[in-house]
Amino acid sequence: MAELPEIFRVMAYVGGIMAFVGLNAAFLVWMERKVAGHIQRRIGPKEVGPFGILQSLADGIKLMSKQLVVPAKADPILYRVAPALTMITAVMVFVVIPFGPALVARDINIGLLLIFAIASVNVLALLIGGWGSNNKYSVISATRAVSQNVAYEVPMLITVVTMVMIVGSMNLNEIVGQQGNLLQWYIFPWNGSILLPVAFVIFFICSLAETNRAPFDLGEAESELVAGFHTEYGGMGFGLFFLGEYGHVFVGCALASILFLGGWQCPFGWMPGVHWMMIKTYLLIFVVMWIRWTYPRTTLYGLLNLSWKVMVPFSLAVLLVTAAMLKVF
Amino acid sequence: MSEWAADPSYETFVLNMGPQHPATHGALRVKLRMDGEYIVEAEPVLGYIHRMHEKMGENRTYLQFMPNTGRLDYLSALSYNHGYVSAVERAAGITVPERAEYLRVITVELNRISSHLLWVGAFVLDLGGFTPLLYAMDDREQILDLLERVTGSRLTYCYFRFGGLYNDVDDDFEAGARAIVKRMRDKLPMYHNLISKNIILRQRLEGVGPITGEMCRKYGATGPVARGSGIPYDVRRHEPYSVYPELDFDIPVYEQGDSMARYLVRMDEIEQSLRIIEQGLDKMPDGPVMAEKVPKIIKPPKGDYYFAVEAARGSFGVRLVSDGTNTPYRLKLRSPCFSNVSLFGEAARGMLLADAVAMFGSLDLVIPDIDR
Repeated sequence: MAELPEIFRVMAYVGGIMAFVGLNAAFLVWMERKVAGHIQRRIGPKEVGPFGILQSLADGIKLMSKQLVVPAKADPILYRVAPALTMITAVMVFVVIPFGPALVARDINIGLLLIFAIASVNVLALLIGGWGSNNKYSVISATRAVSQNVAYEVPMLITVVTMVMIVGSMNLNEIVGQQGNLLQWYIFPWNGSILLPVAFVIFFICSLAETNRAPFDLGEAESELVAGFHTEYGGMGFGLFFLGEYGHVFVGCALASILFLGGWQCPFGWMPGVHWMMIKTYLLIFVVMWIRWTYPRTTLYGLLNLSWKVMVPFSLAVLLVTAAMLKVF
Repeated sequence: MSEWAADPSYETFVLNMGPQHPATHGALRVKLRMDGEYIVEAEPVLGYIHRMHEKMGENRTYLQFMPNTGRLDYLSALSYNHGYVSAVERAAGITVPERAEYLRVITVELNRISSHLLWVGAFVLDLGGFTPLLYAMDDREQILDLLERVTGSRLTYCYFRFGGLYNDVDDDFEAGARAIVKRMRDKLPMYHNLISKNIILRQRLEGVGPITGEMCRKYGATGPVARGSGIPYDVRRHEPYSVYPELDFDIPVYEQGDSMARYLVRMDEIEQSLRIIEQGLDKMPDGPVMAEKVPKIIKPPKGDYYFAVEAARGSFGVRLVSDGTNTPYRLKLRSPCFSNVSLFGEAARGMLLADAVAMFGSLDLVIPDIDR
């Protein structure tokens, strides 16, 4: 598509990504409810459309038709900016995700770095949303979310540095390109470092914590903090937080499949393409949902202990062992 | 409070948990003075759904008050029915046929299991796990269906009458009760695998929210809360009533006093209730379910009467002061939840908010029982 004029290219991708983020969130809401339903011996949504697939559309229309209320003592600017900011970061990280060999908005050399740089801004959205809505529960939740994200970005980035050392590139398409078939996936210990499976587990747990998903959903611990940072949000303000969260969940799982599971490459070497990327990502998302509906929530201190006392030492060990192996072999 | 708390630079803030809050399971308000996420002071504020049940008792005839007892602790309504009818029977000197007493015990124990099941689900929901709630609801549903056939209602039962029961059970009851016993015996290992052995739950419950036996004595806490703190007190064993002396069952007691101990006490109680139901079904004689000579209008002789039963949440006592008329002079209802909630203020001091919510859930409070 490189022959298209730049302006059309940008517009096509902006439209495409926005549509994808919206549809993806709608699908994931439906999928989450269906998965939860079947795990809990019930059916889940079934009335709206075939298998209830239009349920999230109905929910979306309901959310959009609601009045946007700003609480009387909230900070009106921060209160309005926060949901938009979480959505902006969710949309922007999609720019460098390679869905297929040619299906990537911007194939740039520092793609991996860019994703983490932008995704970190999401924490700011939670912080100002919690702060701006002038609610004690929201403030507690916002501080929790920040300390949680700081704690989990450290082991996550150490793992990513390990991967960059093995691959030798931060270009996501190049990382995928090196994993031609099942045996070359970076999840397996013979591809550079014997500790690669450990690195995958660390990365996956950290991405759960990064996206505020159970069992690390301390930011919106509904039995303690009512609804956490979005307690005061209604209508589409809440809707954007919701869309943003599912966008980040998708990006987290997409990154895991790009780094460790060969992205759009086929495990058997035939017909690589966007469908493989989708299959792998949605399988990982299914695992995320499975975890959510099985485990209860940890406490903030349990989570911080897990990060600083277990994840950071382990990820450093992975880094050192990998560096040594790369030097020796 | 210690000296560091009296320091003027020491800042705290007040957090209102309730009256509308997911963790309080009803209209209870807990005023928390917080230092960050730590609780400095906790003060339960009661009375949001006070309905003057005791005063109502003074203005109604004995039978008219009967349905009110099912609306105190709506989750173990049959125990409350049992406590009230037994108190009136003791006052009026009515003896109950044996079959009726057996049926009372069997239905009360079924009710206890359904109450504990709902508690397990709600408790894990407080800790962020949604799925066990629906599993527990599924099992509870079977019990409710059975009790509905017998009593005519699903939640606020009014099955017992002075001198016996409203009506005898149908022919399918015994088979249904045995099916529930079997089903629960099969299901309990699943609950233990899903909840008791879950590493996150163990981290959140073990050693968290300790309540000492001393504290239980001070506040009058009974039931699983006291038994989880090493006090082996159970009304069914220590002040035997009905046909409990003829049945063989254990009183589960744990010494640790943490949230896990209270959880385990209730899970073990489900097993013991299953044993009681089985024995009750085996031993239940045939015969009438209503005493023959029960006066239409109950007028107990002047006096002061007390009767206590072991409800799902602890000891429920009815104190009845009769002046010889057809309404009581005074009807005092001693509810277990009121005593159990009163120790929260002392026990929660210095705890984290999340742990306090876990401890609060482990007390198994039913708010209408606190505000009678």
